[in-house]
Amino acid sequence: MQSLTAAAAAIELRGIDKSFGAVHAVRGVSLAIPRGSITGIVGENGAGKSTLMSILYGLYRADAGQILIDDRPVDMASPRDAIAHGIGMVHQHFMLVDTFTVLENLVLGAEGGPLLAGGFAAARAELTRLGQEYGLTVDPDARIADLSVGEQQRVEILKVLFRGARMLILDEPSAVLTPQETDRLFEILKSLRARGVTVVLITHKLREIMAVADRVIVMRQGAVVAERRTTETSTGELAELMVGRKIRLDLDKAPAVHGQTMLAARDLSLVDRRGVRLLNGVDLELRAGEIVGIAGVSGNGQTELLQVLSGIRPPTAGQLEVCGRVIDPAHPIDPAEMRALGLAHVPEDRLRQGLVAAFEASETSILGYQDQPPYCRNHLLDVPAVDKHCAELMRRFDVRPQTPGLRSSHFSGGNQQKLILAREMSRLPKVLLVGQPTRGVDIGAIEFIHRELVKSRDVGCAILVVSVELEEILSLADRILVMSGGRIIGEVAADQADERVLGRMMADA
Amino acid sequence: MSLVAPRSVRRPLPRWVEIAVLPLVNVALAFLVVGIIARTIGVDSFHALKLLLVGAFGSSESIGYTLYYATNFIFTGLAVAVAFHAGLFNIGGEGQAYIGGLGCGLAVLALDRYLPGPLVIVLAILAAAAFGAAWAAVPAWMQAWRGSHIVITTIMFNFVASALMVYLMVNVLIAPGSMTAQSRGFAESASLPSMQAVLKSIGIAVAPSALNLAFVLALLSSVAVWIFLWRTSWGYALRTMGHNAEAAIYAGTSIRRMTMLAMCLSGALAGGVAVNELLGVHHRIVLDFPAGYGFAGIAVALMGRSHPLGIVLAALLFGALQQGGAELSFEIPAMTREMVVVIQGLVILFCGALAHLPRPWLQALFGRRG
Repeated sequence: MQSLTAAAAAIELRGIDKSFGAVHAVRGVSLAIPRGSITGIVGENGAGKSTLMSILYGLYRADAGQILIDDRPVDMASPRDAIAHGIGMVHQHFMLVDTFTVLENLVLGAEGGPLLAGGFAAARAELTRLGQEYGLTVDPDARIADLSVGEQQRVEILKVLFRGARMLILDEPSAVLTPQETDRLFEILKSLRARGVTVVLITHKLREIMAVADRVIVMRQGAVVAERRTTETSTGELAELMVGRKIRLDLDKAPAVHGQTMLAARDLSLVDRRGVRLLNGVDLELRAGEIVGIAGVSGNGQTELLQVLSGIRPPTAGQLEVCGRVIDPAHPIDPAEMRALGLAHVPEDRLRQGLVAAFEASETSILGYQDQPPYCRNHLLDVPAVDKHCAELMRRFDVRPQTPGLRSSHFSGGNQQKLILAREMSRLPKVLLVGQPTRGVDIGAIEFIHRELVKSRDVGCAILVVSVELEEILSLADRILVMSGGRIIGEVAADQADERVLGRMMADA
Repeated sequence: MSLVAPRSVRRPLPRWVEIAVLPLVNVALAFLVVGIIARTIGVDSFHALKLLLVGAFGSSESIGYTLYYATNFIFTGLAVAVAFHAGLFNIGGEGQAYIGGLGCGLAVLALDRYLPGPLVIVLAILAAAAFGAAWAAVPAWMQAWRGSHIVITTIMFNFVASALMVYLMVNVLIAPGSMTAQSRGFAESASLPSMQAVLKSIGIAVAPSALNLAFVLALLSSVAVWIFLWRTSWGYALRTMGHNAEAAIYAGTSIRRMTMLAMCLSGALAGGVAVNELLGVHHRIVLDFPAGYGFAGIAVALMGRSHPLGIVLAALLFGALQQGGAELSFEIPAMTREMVVVIQGLVILFCGALAHLPRPWLQALFGRRG
């Protein structure tokens, strides 16, 4: 494919090919990334962009093909080689030591000798220089744990620059940021570009690509299918290119028909053992036939709210009423009893909570319902019934591959999520709690999951959706609550909300 | 999508390779090293191997002893495996078997003069299981409610059990007038019939050995453990906890109750050693009858991949090594008792710590694509 830009390429890939067993993850990819540009790489899950970047960073070895840095072929055997060639990577999950200061994190792995003092002095000077040059200011003596998420990400970027990186790969950098923090990140990326740094941005948020990148590379099924200047394309075209067909992200849904209140929280609070107030007097009402969305920057009590509402943790104060049963600190409940009341829960973190990676899909398909007929009678599991149930869920929710005997960990994220949703929705719950319904799920599956949730709502299920994706909350919810610092700080009707309003509420609290 | 460094890509092996071929290759490697060692001390390795095999399987008597040893290994292997499936590392099989023996013996000593033999036997088996379970329940409780790590507490409970038994045997349970620390003999009716007697009654003649009906109990226990783990909702919840405690909590399983259940079952299974040794062979309470079976159970479970079928096979191997090794050291003076322990150690090393050593080669041979 002919590169769109005439500028010299900082990174060039020629005919990169990589297979894992029968899976042809990257198919003869050739691309050039011009020096001093911001290039976005987009694609569905499994499109090969992660693998491609892992090859560039020396984590995987390509089966065939060539990597050229500054027009010279190089051998990327390990991340050490990548760093030596000036490539740095900022991971989605930060790799910082929380109890260390910014400076200590910076010199970690580059201490510059057995005694720290010299290294610290050099690092402090370098930090000042980098701060001035790129507008990346962070207090070098602050502890990581005391920094906001956006500042922590800045430290990650500084770490990479400190090691002399001239090419920066960022993996889903805005996943954990508020819209305002994301804007600040983009300012930083632009100032890096102005100083000649090459930036590669991996994301699934097309709007961000449009806002910050110069060029965008679209991958599908392991191959580069398109390369565009962002000025000459649109999010609609990119989405279509990624999926290979037309996509409707905005839902057509009828107005909610409210029924009776199924779940009510009054002054719900949760204080942990160290006395940290995780939930601070939450009032919340959920009625049959509506979807209530909870927006907020992650880490503001959403996780704990789901834990209390689903019976995993008892509240330390306040009261919760679910389908007529009252739960308070003196009358706790466990998740199994909650299920018996008709409450289903799709957990935020599907790998840690929603499934057992080592179990077969059929076993995962009864998690939480293992004592219920028809899967189980007198504590004896009916294995054929479990398999049949799983096959039925897979068929209805288009889980691929449709193999109940396959280990849960061998399904892609989207298919795992569909299986969990299918499990929780198949029992026709009265209340459905959903945490991050489409985290790490590709666009085709997002569309499907959203439609299923609305279908459930239309038959009278009361649904609570917690998501860090504002777009998702906006398109799904009938009412939106904004959470911050363990409190509900505002409510907006869906038709009066947009990202700016919500973003301001999330940040100002 | 994340670009975190990938774990070493481990392709799955077909199940039958995982369960059958991998352990066999491991055993073969162990014996290769044994052969080299034997050669260096001047012993003809093939001759030694032949003696070992003949010693373990050469006659109905030697087979009987092999199976008798295997019985103990099955019980302790299952004990370790059940706890392991719950994510708990029970190192206390030794002590649980020992205290199980106390329960077993007390039941017989208290009842054998008043109740019919078969009833006493059933009650004694239940008592062995109950006492073994109780001895495991204390560390389990300490872990579930107080957070004391079960590896530490079960090890300590082995020592407590040992000291307690010495005290009881020397001061309380010793047969009046006896010079050795053992209880009075059990009534003949309250002993588990030997396999020789059972087979004779259906017209099969075999040489007498220590093999008794506890072997059948061990096999039944293996089947029961399989059903429990893979065919009941309790076993499902137990395995869920072992793989992913957070998912278990999400599913509504009480981690505390499940920890208690898993450890009590584990202790009860370890108590099976007492049934084999006391009810089946010694017919009295004796000191130190667990003789390391509790610890060997860890290796058996490891080698059997914590699956009852694998455990039975691994127990057979360990039983054969025990019996064949004894014959070997008898025949070849250079192959001392200690050399036999070295052989066992090598098998444990290759099947346990180095179990995945041949995996890359097997993957190249059988690796499933994808």
